[in-house]
Amino acid sequence: MSDAAPADPHQLGHGEVPGDQRGPAPKRIVVGYGFWIFLLSDFIMFAAFFAAYAVLVGETAGGPRGADLFDLTLVGWETALLLLSSFACGLTGLAMIADRRGLFQIAMAVTGILGAAFLCLELYEFTHLIGEGAGPSRSAFLSAFFALVGCHGLHVFLGLLWLTTMMAQVQAKGFREDIRRRIACFSLFWHALDIIWVALLTVVYLLGTAA
Amino acid sequence: MTAAFALLVAACAPGVLSPAGPVASGERTILFNALAIMMLIVVPTITVTLAFAWWFRAGNKRATYRPTWSYSGRIELLVWSVPALIVIFLAGLTWIGTHQLAPERPLVSKVRPMTVQVVALDWKWLFIYPEQGIATVNRLVIPAGTPIAFRITSGTVMNSFFVPQLGSQIYAMSGMDAKLHLQADRPGRFNGLSAHYSGEGFADMDFVVEAVPPAQFAGWIARTKAAGPSLDDAHLAALSKSTVNVAPHAYRAVMSGLYDRIVANAGVSAHEESRSGREDNHVR
Amino acid sequence: MFGRLGWDSVPWEQPLPLVAFGMAALCILALIGWTWRAGHMPYIWREWITSVDHKRIGVMYCILAAVMLLRGFSDALLMRAQQAIAYASPGYLPPDHYDQIFTAHGVMMIFFVAMPFMIGLMNFAVPLQLGIRDVAFPTLNSVSFWLTAAGALLVNISLVIGEFAKTGWVVYPPLSELRFSPGVGVDYYLWALQVSGVGTLLSGVNLVTTILKMRAPGMGYTRMPMFCWTSLATNLLIVAAFPILTATLAMLTLDRYLGFHFFTNELGGNQMMFVNLIWAWGHPEVYILILPAFGIFSEVVSTFSGKPLFGYRSMILATMAICLLSFMVWLHHFFTMGAGADVNGFFGISTMIIAVPTGVKVFNWIFTMYGGRIRYTSMMLWSVGFIVTFVIGGMTGVLLAVPPADFVLHNSLFLVAHFHNIVIPGVLFGAFAGLTYWWPKAFGFTLDEKWGKRSFWFWLSGFYLAFMPLYVLGLMGMTRRLQHYDVPGWHPWLVAAAGGAVLIACGIACQIVMFVVSIRGRHDRVDTSGDPWDGRTLEWSTTSPPPIFNFAVLPDVRGEEAYWGLKSTARENRALSEKPDYEEIEMPRNSPTGIVSAFFATAMGFALVWHIWWLVIVGFLGAWATFVVFAWRDDAEYVIPADEVERRDRLRRQGKADLLGVPDEALA
Repeated sequence: MSDAAPADPHQLGHGEVPGDQRGPAPKRIVVGYGFWIFLLSDFIMFAAFFAAYAVLVGETAGGPRGADLFDLTLVGWETALLLLSSFACGLTGLAMIADRRGLFQIAMAVTGILGAAFLCLELYEFTHLIGEGAGPSRSAFLSAFFALVGCHGLHVFLGLLWLTTMMAQVQAKGFREDIRRRIACFSLFWHALDIIWVALLTVVYLLGTAA
Repeated sequence: MTAAFALLVAACAPGVLSPAGPVASGERTILFNALAIMMLIVVPTITVTLAFAWWFRAGNKRATYRPTWSYSGRIELLVWSVPALIVIFLAGLTWIGTHQLAPERPLVSKVRPMTVQVVALDWKWLFIYPEQGIATVNRLVIPAGTPIAFRITSGTVMNSFFVPQLGSQIYAMSGMDAKLHLQADRPGRFNGLSAHYSGEGFADMDFVVEAVPPAQFAGWIARTKAAGPSLDDAHLAALSKSTVNVAPHAYRAVMSGLYDRIVANAGVSAHEESRSGREDNHVR
Repeated sequence: MFGRLGWDSVPWEQPLPLVAFGMAALCILALIGWTWRAGHMPYIWREWITSVDHKRIGVMYCILAAVMLLRGFSDALLMRAQQAIAYASPGYLPPDHYDQIFTAHGVMMIFFVAMPFMIGLMNFAVPLQLGIRDVAFPTLNSVSFWLTAAGALLVNISLVIGEFAKTGWVVYPPLSELRFSPGVGVDYYLWALQVSGVGTLLSGVNLVTTILKMRAPGMGYTRMPMFCWTSLATNLLIVAAFPILTATLAMLTLDRYLGFHFFTNELGGNQMMFVNLIWAWGHPEVYILILPAFGIFSEVVSTFSGKPLFGYRSMILATMAICLLSFMVWLHHFFTMGAGADVNGFFGISTMIIAVPTGVKVFNWIFTMYGGRIRYTSMMLWSVGFIVTFVIGGMTGVLLAVPPADFVLHNSLFLVAHFHNIVIPGVLFGAFAGLTYWWPKAFGFTLDEKWGKRSFWFWLSGFYLAFMPLYVLGLMGMTRRLQHYDVPGWHPWLVAAAGGAVLIACGIACQIVMFVVSIRGRHDRVDTSGDPWDGRTLEWSTTSPPPIFNFAVLPDVRGEEAYWGLKSTARENRALSEKPDYEEIEMPRNSPTGIVSAFFATAMGFALVWHIWWLVIVGFLGAWATFVVFAWRDDAEYVIPADEVERRDRLRRQGKADLLGVPDEALA
């Protein structure tokens, strides 16, 4: 299971050997592939929450609807913070390729701070809703809302734990090969959360307010 | 042989194979038809399996050993197409039968349907006769030869209203109003039960169905209205408590719109946590 | 301090669970005590508990499954006895117990017997069949196993601390909501399955990556053994379906813990949505159970018929068709919920369509036997018994797929007979066949065939006696999960069914004797060649057991049935293949990450059940710390020097030379 020669890292020159007969792939590819499969499974879990939301969106039990509750300005700020955080995460990838540890740490810190700010706004949103009597036990619609958005927020929180761990790892051990692989997985995870957020924004907030 | 088997089964205890109404009858027919079609595949398959297993045993010197034979286009065509054709045929039967025997589909009959509203409770069945203004518990009396339009709900957890000799079951769910049409062609006594586990007293949710000639039915209605308690709020509260082994009884009057109220008020908001982590027996 | 845990959480007034637990605890302590005194603990810790070797992990999965089979089967005996007695009588098991027992029986059999058996066999055999050294993520593999064991542990703890769920194994609301199940039973269920579900999902990711990205050179997709194809389909299903279970159980958990209203009666909750979600997972789940068994039968039937599998490519097509179609049939589990004729009709037909590729597989096994020279080992008996019995079960499945038929048979004992008619000959017989087949590869000696065959005949006859009466009972209108009944006509059939359970118990007893006899006499049954069955796939090219690195040099695969080709060539040339150049091999280090993270997961699960919130936080921090410690290690691999590799391979080549009757090239 050794890595292929650096001159042909993706073994593209071996045209005569069919793609499915080249033997075990290099570790970097295997790890990335496996993490993608995990991310796809995570998407399916979110899909189940989206499905429950779609079924329950009208079940307001005489209580408030989305249009009555959602503050699109706040949501706009949340979106901006998360997207900027992803941009910063992209910079960490560039820094890693360029082997610049300092820049990497700064970009990671910015990613984390922006992500934490996103979570703070979301926490504020939740506590505000609960304070208004629009908590998850008010109606099935609100249960579905809090669970779906909360699940995303929980993933962001766990991502922040992962982020701090990666920062500590790089500080202690530098850009070792296995740490590079983990950073690549973290980036995939962070960007995937963005994708979920875009879907959330559309289905929950925008469609909810338009209705 | 199937007929003999069916008779044996029916003799032991009447059920699905002893229909007493058009719905059960239609369902038994479709079951037999599907079985016959499947036997066309299953009997040859099992026979061939055992035949090959026996003939090609290593000790049989007369069998030809074909160590490299692992493909045959003709056999492939056969094993894909024959089951596919059978499934297509069965699918047609299924589509038609599913529509004809859909529970919500009214029965074709010259007789005017009668409505019975059914409420599943813990652990008994409440039958409300809105047209006659009476109600019974654990005993369903219906006129033979009359289509019954059932409306089914639950005042508790999920159950399933089922009278095997009359045909289809359907889930009884709180907040839902299920429609089911059944008919008893002839007078008789039939077993009824809940076909979905609903808790500790589930095994006691059997009830009796009595199909009687229409004149006798009218007499029964009259007698029921003449005496006995009235299904008022107090009695309803008592019925809503968790009890088992409730003896069949009747109410001579019932609050109007009770069934619709039960459907609309599905459930009570309450949070209970057991103190020891174990549920105290017989307590809700 | 201890949440809602208290002294009366233990059922002091009920002797049966206390005695059962006491006996089990005694056995376990005795086992641990003996191991400790005999000085085996360091070995067990080093070579098994902290192992990241797929072969060891596979064996441990199978041990877990076997132990839980005894647990789940004892529940079955209790239930059959109750139903045999409880005619016009309360029987000996009050509803409170009986309801926990049938729930636990289903949960244990599906999640902690069938799944671990199949995952264990896939773990053991797939890397060997693919010609590689291990799965893609070995330490993750260990974590997966230990999380599964943690889930099993939680379910078993509920026997004696608290209680288990009393809702049936799919925990439908509203019965499973807090209002109707205020005890801890459903909570135990939820956390046990969430913990083990994470393990299963990670295992799915692991095996999909392994099969798609890590095969030996030359092993293209159409050169993979059939067992690897069915494993691929199974693990794709795991990756796609288990997240739905995670989400659905999470929703029920939120309802119970934080007052959400996903499935409650009031404030808009929708119990029918639970039914849809749980079966959207549940139906792929049963294909997850059966597909590996299909793969095992493909290997066993072709090996013992002495022929390649018939219709290899069409088997691949059929397998992947089943994989895809399994997501399109879920509503057949609740035709009686009132979805309407169009919807019911669609799902009935889609269910029948899935019978077509399944039938193709059966025919391909039959035609594999055609023209063969069949050796009737116990494994072949399990296979033929499977084909005949499974076809009957499949037939009753198609009958149930016709909605109007289902309307009178849903939830009856006919249904119970149908799914046991699929799972027992399918998953269990497949597990037994696979276990016997790969046992010598794992341990270096074969199992006793005499006792194996005896156990087969008891299982086969016991199955028919236990379950054919249930078909009849279903037609007589008897529904499932009845703690007592008063229809006289049902009674004799239930007594017969209890007799069948006794026969199966004899089958299990024979299996236990088989293991004892085989292990005692293992020195007389050594597998010296590594290929006791004249096998056709790559695992048989290794020694029994293989070295930790499986293959000294990854094989270069030229065609289908890689090992058969190697053997044929060797026989023709009267010589083994050329000796390769040996290089040093890097192998992953063992790690306690698996068991330690599972320890914290168990603590978290237990704490969540009993509302011991500080312990939840401690458990979570412990789990995170475990992963950080794992991530921090600098020394992830160790090296096996080239001359050690050569030494091991020389032994292997000697064994193969003896087997094939060709000269040993060392002397040439």
